[in-house]
Amino acid sequence: MRTILFLIRKEFIQIFRNKFISRAIFGVPIIQMLILVPAVTFEIKNLKICLVDKDMSAESRALISKLEGSPFFRIPYMTFSGSEAENLLYSNKCNLVLEIPAGFSRSITSGRPAGIMASINAINAVAAQLSWAYLNGITADFNKELLLNKTGMQGQVNIQRIQVTNRYWYNEMLNYKYYMMPGVLVILVTAIGFLLAGLNLVKEKESGTIEQINVTPVRKYQFITAKMLPFLIIGLIDLALGLSIGKLAFDIPFEGSLLLLFLCAAIFLVAVLGLGLFVSTFSRSQQQFMFVAFFIMIIFILMSGIFTPYESMPLWAQYFNKINPVAYLIRINRMVMLKGSDMSDIRTELLSLIAIAFFFTLFAVRKYRKTA
Amino acid sequence: MTGKSVISVKNLVKKFGNFTANDNLCFEVYEGEIFGFLGANGAGKTTALRILSGLLEPTSGEVTVAGYDVSKDSEKIKKNIGYMCQKFSLYDDLTVSENIVLYGGIYGLDNQSLRERKNKLLKQLRFEEYETRLIVDLPLGLKQKLAFSVAIIHNPRIVFLDEPTGGVDPVTRRQFWEMIWETASKGITIFVTTHYMDEAEYCDRVSIMSEGRIVAIDTPENLKKQYNAETIEQVFVRIARPLKN
Repeated sequence: MRTILFLIRKEFIQIFRNKFISRAIFGVPIIQMLILVPAVTFEIKNLKICLVDKDMSAESRALISKLEGSPFFRIPYMTFSGSEAENLLYSNKCNLVLEIPAGFSRSITSGRPAGIMASINAINAVAAQLSWAYLNGITADFNKELLLNKTGMQGQVNIQRIQVTNRYWYNEMLNYKYYMMPGVLVILVTAIGFLLAGLNLVKEKESGTIEQINVTPVRKYQFITAKMLPFLIIGLIDLALGLSIGKLAFDIPFEGSLLLLFLCAAIFLVAVLGLGLFVSTFSRSQQQFMFVAFFIMIIFILMSGIFTPYESMPLWAQYFNKINPVAYLIRINRMVMLKGSDMSDIRTELLSLIAIAFFFTLFAVRKYRKTA
Repeated sequence: MTGKSVISVKNLVKKFGNFTANDNLCFEVYEGEIFGFLGANGAGKTTALRILSGLLEPTSGEVTVAGYDVSKDSEKIKKNIGYMCQKFSLYDDLTVSENIVLYGGIYGLDNQSLRERKNKLLKQLRFEEYETRLIVDLPLGLKQKLAFSVAIIHNPRIVFLDEPTGGVDPVTRRQFWEMIWETASKGITIFVTTHYMDEAEYCDRVSIMSEGRIVAIDTPENLKKQYNAETIEQVFVRIARPLKN
């Protein structure tokens, strides 16, 4: 025990004596929260339409002004040339081309269905589908007004239909920041835990200082624990810092128990610290370590469900996520912060994290060799 | 020398792939002696020394250090040995006294003896003015003296020194050897590799390695007599020069 204390003290001295690391430790969370939380969003606004209005009628103009009135669309280009419109779409100047054919108004007044044609840039499939949905919503609205004008009735009371009323739970305003913030916090803690401790150990290998430790009777678990604990503490401090920024800058709600969140984060940190140290035991240089660690981190983060729903991933990906600590902590974070989930709600995730933390640390201790 | 054997090596072989770094080494080192381990670059000295200090596993052979088998009880050996690496390997970004305290603590000295040992060391090495300086700012000679002092901070039975005076000026080298003699006089066995043949004369016994084998082992006087040489350097040049050159 006393040995560990001596080693931990040494780690802390070295961390805080290193000006760059000690600044980065507190600078990174602030910058990351302030940049990522507001920037990473799937909300789609200000889609640029290139309008080809070949009808030029009162009806087409009414539709256009409805589009212009929506926050989703802007109409910076109007043209009568199909090829010019296509060029604009090709050169990314607009996101979609909307063509109102000649005869649009005639069809409406004569009671025949009137068609309009939207050509959407679907390189980003999600954005394309969303703009299609927005456009549909606006034309449905337009249709309703047409019907109203024609029949003079208040809505379509005589037509039988189902009306869906909804209320959004846990994030009533559909504020994207509320969704992203718990995830960004996890990325932050992952980077601190996974990279710093591992780099630290590889640096000892590079400089040869680990030799001098290896000829002492220091036990392997003592050495690994002393490498983990300082970064565990720093990770938790960063989490607190990130949460405070979320509260102050973005007014993110916090429904659940802070203590529970920190408990989960601590277990998570043991897992990523263990994995980072494990990787560092077979890396010879800091470059090697960074390359492998970066690769693993990207996979863990992109598969974790931070951007895309976990449930819609292929089955093998969901199985992979059973050993992905990032996926568990993101789920826990969202549940605890936004839903106010308690220990019993997150039991599965918590137990899985504990198992992962145990095994990763075990690997690190086993793989660390005092004797080559 | 007829002391008690503290290092016993029988048929030690170490292979790295096809390369045999240590080819069937056999020797004994006795308690309290200064044992010089000589050889050209790449002769396999460091490999043998790393095996003896538990940093490397032998491929085969029986090696006991301080009464323990290196393959089975390397952790027990570590309590009984000190080790000074060829490459300076204390923490550059810690101060002199932080390094002393760290290693003293690791070797389990209690707070009081740690403090006493630290103060004594600082005084002995005339390090008081350097106490709070980072190691990175120290001159090489001082670094090496500090590394040696840290290697024997726990009063080990044996201390392994891998080219401790490499790159050090003659005055500091002399001072360093005074430290070695003082340590040996306390009964600590010294196992030292070196390139400096004048240093070989300071040893109680020397062994000379060439291409992974021990080609000579005896007291410096006997070796000089046997090879009809005036200095160990001449002995060395006669027998240790790799045949390929």
